[in-house]
Amino acid sequence: MFAVDPRRTSSAQWADVWLGIDVGSDIALSNTLAREIIHSGLTNREFIDRATTGFDAYAESVEAWTLERGAEVTGVPASTIRELAHAYGSAKTAQLCWTLGITEHHTGTENVLALINLSLLTGHVGRWGSGLTPLRGQNNVQGGGDMGALPNKLPGFKDVEDAEHRARFEATWGAPIPPVTGLHLSLMLEAMEEGTLRSLYVVGENPVQSEADAARATRLVSGLDHLVVQDLFVTATAELADVVLPAAGWGEVEGTYTSSERRVQHASKVMDPPGEARSDIDIMGELARHLGVDWPSQTVEEVWDELRSLSALHGGMSYQRLDRLGGLQWPCPDEDHPGTPILHERLWTDDVGSPAPFSPVEWVPPVDELTDEYPIRLTTGRRLDSFNTGVQSGRYSSPRRIGGSIDLAPEDADRLDVDESQVVRVTSRRGSVEAPVHLDRGLRPGLAFMSVHFPDDVDVNQLTVDAWDPLSGTAEFKATAVRIEKVG
Amino acid sequence: MDIRPLTAVATKPERSAVDGVLGSPTSGWDGGEFDEESGRVARGGRSARERRHLLLPALHALREAHGWISPGGLGYVCERLTIPPADAYGVASFYALLPTEPRPETVVHACDDIVCRTAGAEIAIAELEAAGTSVLRSPCLGRCETAPARMLDEVGSPFRSDLASDPPGLPQDPESLRLLHRVGTVDPESLEDYEAHGGLTALRRAAELGADGVLDELRRSNLRGRGGAAFPVAAKWSGTRGAPGETKHVIANGDESEPGTFKDRVLMEGDPFAVLEGLLIAAAVTGASHAWVYVRTEYPEAGERLRRAAEVLRAAGVAPDVSIEVRIGAGAYICGEETSLFASIEGYRGEPRQKPPFPTISGLFSQPTAINNVETLVAVLDIVNRGGDAFAAEGTAESTGPRLFSVSGAVGTPGVYEVPFGVLLGDLIDLAGGVEGELGAILLGGAAGSFVGPDALGMPLTLEDTSAAGATLGSGAVVVFDDATDFGDVVRRIAAFFRDESCGKCVPCRIGTVRQEEALIRLGSGSSGRVDDELRLLSDVDAVMTDASICGLGRTAASAVRSSLRLGLPGVVA
Repeated sequence: MFAVDPRRTSSAQWADVWLGIDVGSDIALSNTLAREIIHSGLTNREFIDRATTGFDAYAESVEAWTLERGAEVTGVPASTIRELAHAYGSAKTAQLCWTLGITEHHTGTENVLALINLSLLTGHVGRWGSGLTPLRGQNNVQGGGDMGALPNKLPGFKDVEDAEHRARFEATWGAPIPPVTGLHLSLMLEAMEEGTLRSLYVVGENPVQSEADAARATRLVSGLDHLVVQDLFVTATAELADVVLPAAGWGEVEGTYTSSERRVQHASKVMDPPGEARSDIDIMGELARHLGVDWPSQTVEEVWDELRSLSALHGGMSYQRLDRLGGLQWPCPDEDHPGTPILHERLWTDDVGSPAPFSPVEWVPPVDELTDEYPIRLTTGRRLDSFNTGVQSGRYSSPRRIGGSIDLAPEDADRLDVDESQVVRVTSRRGSVEAPVHLDRGLRPGLAFMSVHFPDDVDVNQLTVDAWDPLSGTAEFKATAVRIEKVG
Repeated sequence: MDIRPLTAVATKPERSAVDGVLGSPTSGWDGGEFDEESGRVARGGRSARERRHLLLPALHALREAHGWISPGGLGYVCERLTIPPADAYGVASFYALLPTEPRPETVVHACDDIVCRTAGAEIAIAELEAAGTSVLRSPCLGRCETAPARMLDEVGSPFRSDLASDPPGLPQDPESLRLLHRVGTVDPESLEDYEAHGGLTALRRAAELGADGVLDELRRSNLRGRGGAAFPVAAKWSGTRGAPGETKHVIANGDESEPGTFKDRVLMEGDPFAVLEGLLIAAAVTGASHAWVYVRTEYPEAGERLRRAAEVLRAAGVAPDVSIEVRIGAGAYICGEETSLFASIEGYRGEPRQKPPFPTISGLFSQPTAINNVETLVAVLDIVNRGGDAFAAEGTAESTGPRLFSVSGAVGTPGVYEVPFGVLLGDLIDLAGGVEGELGAILLGGAAGSFVGPDALGMPLTLEDTSAAGATLGSGAVVVFDDATDFGDVVRRIAAFFRDESCGKCVPCRIGTVRQEEALIRLGSGSSGRVDDELRLLSDVDAVMTDASICGLGRTAASAVRSSLRLGLPGVVA
């Protein structure tokens, strides 16, 4: 296992080799690896010819990325980059796994494409033991997208702007569906700013604390005409709401979860929700009836069977089969289908279908530049003991929780003449917060870290930049330029 | 790395003690110096994790250098091996002989177990304490022939046994013996002398016979394990040989900890090359590339001799394809149980695993493993040298060959005796000089065994005869008690032993051994008043421990107690 991470995290400690790259140099690393793989003859020519398009243009696009240039941009020694290239290129099977360190950049989508290019180059995709694995931070992120919780998709990834697809859903649901793509969260905030979005129904999110440039998010959400929040807890967003709908939690509702490997699992209800809390399906059905639409009263299984009739991916996944088989991986179109453990297997069959395109991508540095005024690169992230803005985990104690802090390399702390008993002022181009110092040997000089878990104590998103990836809508949480000053 | 990272820093001597086991660190991430490149590249991962089996040797090095496992020292080991400190602390604190708190410069571990306490252990301990010596009471130290036994524990030096005088020689004439014939006559540190006394002939003969040939002789010999479980050796070795897996292991189990048992110590101290020769034959037959000897800490001389013998064999190029490692326990009876012994070598708490899978399929490092008692391996030499039929000519059809017995307690000449299976219990005791005083009872098989009364003197010592009498030969311990013995005291000591040595992994044993001891204390003091209720409780606890414990420790923890009640030994019930 090679771990690529600016910080030496506990995962990096577990790895055989750690590459401590500069924040935001992911594409530089990928392109350098690609050039080295090509020049060393470690490409999978057979796979490239049969299953991909655009190799020549891609090869040309990475040609400038010599090991030396890669080392200069990423900060990792050329010999170590070469070692990774050869290990990945010559491995019998290899996987690329990633999470927010790749996606929370203004080039998040390009970062992923750069990784896909590597898998196409070496044929490490669509085969047992090889593949591309975006690791999810929650047990049902995949399921949320599958069920259509995306602005441009209906359940089963049917395009909302495709009239034919829409018609099937409209026939089953007995109602028209808006024919245009909706807004993702970053665009919603812009729409609030423009005054075109005046009411918001938030289900299980805490945007006033989780979004970059939190001061702006709070201002916008506070200025809405009407805000409804449906959650297990009274979050900071719920505090601003006109109506709070208490929702039921895990174990209090029946339903399905879908893991990162597309495995759908059936979960039973084991107890009633407390107080007035109700399941999401209950709440939404009741809401519909109050809004004057006569939704039928359906069991959870009936709702699921309706979904199965509309989403071919899920067609064969009866509750009975899910229970018997311990879950099934989509696509699973009918009840005789065993599910699909490997998604892109077709690339290795005679019937390749549409080939996978190489997507040349060029490295651009993070938006928030390092200057003499803002010389420290701040990156944000999560710790094992806490979850996101702390809504779920904050109420439980943990012996290893250190609270909101700014983590510094010991060398930087020495230079600033501060230690763990002290609070420092952290200032970015957008805002300034005070935070207690925590020393982390896993950081090198010039690199600082803050967790996102304690917005009430240290509101890290006052600092982060609201630049976002136009393709995914994800903000560049990972790269902020700051300066750090001793207080008092 | 862990929920409460250690902040204490290792001292220089602690670091060098650990480095002596693990080698010098290679980077800041490995406990060394940080440089520019440290912020960009680090290595470790699997290669560090795969050295976890060096945890126990590293902790021993810390103990020897510093006297105890300090937080700083522990933290340094953890950094080197990438083990969470709480995990490593769990390992250190599992063992009786790895202190995790400061201790006096010199400590005497004084045995107060069943044999020594009838030989004046309490008086000896009182004398030591009166003289200002720091004394820690110890379970059986395996030196019952020189009871009361002690072990010296000084900061800066290895453990050593504290013998009042030179150890007694063998009570029998070695000429007539097959297992012990070199003990006391061969130089245990000289391979040359070992060969001059017939050493390595079996290893050569095994090479001629080939694996199938050796297995055939073992089948003919009907050799069964001498550690206590009496499992057929041929079946164990052929199972390991046939198990799928590239890397296989053989292990000599020298963790002889059954109270009243010291026969393996005599072999390991007196004829270490023979133990290794048997182990190398096991490696050749099973296809193992790794040979291990696991010796209990309380046998420091045996461990040292085996370590030297392994070095000499390596230097002489004997069996160059097989690595031999000698590992030292740290004071835990449970580690004589085979799966606990694996966990101990691997660097974990010495807790047993569920079987199946059996060690032949999934043993040390989850790889196929043949693990045998020390005496068993030495018996293999006799079988290979003389043939399985000749071996089986002694004893009975079920119980073949010569057998070692550790005879101690109220006899004229305590010691290790080699006799053919089938000798009468009374004859063995006579061989050991007869009973001193009037015979009260005999404990067969140690704490995990059972008491028999004077009426059992005519019983032939075979697996089948002892089993038919509801007793066991176990590890071959024979402890003789005279009729003046306070059996209540002895039985409570046995109960305390199991309570103390239970590893705590499974509930029946963890709770049962405590309840058993409590009930015996109440019965012995006469404070209960409801004797029938107490006996019913003991019987229930016995049934649950015997049926439901994970390993042999819990399954035999009620055995001696049960037999003492059946015989109505005086003092158990007031």
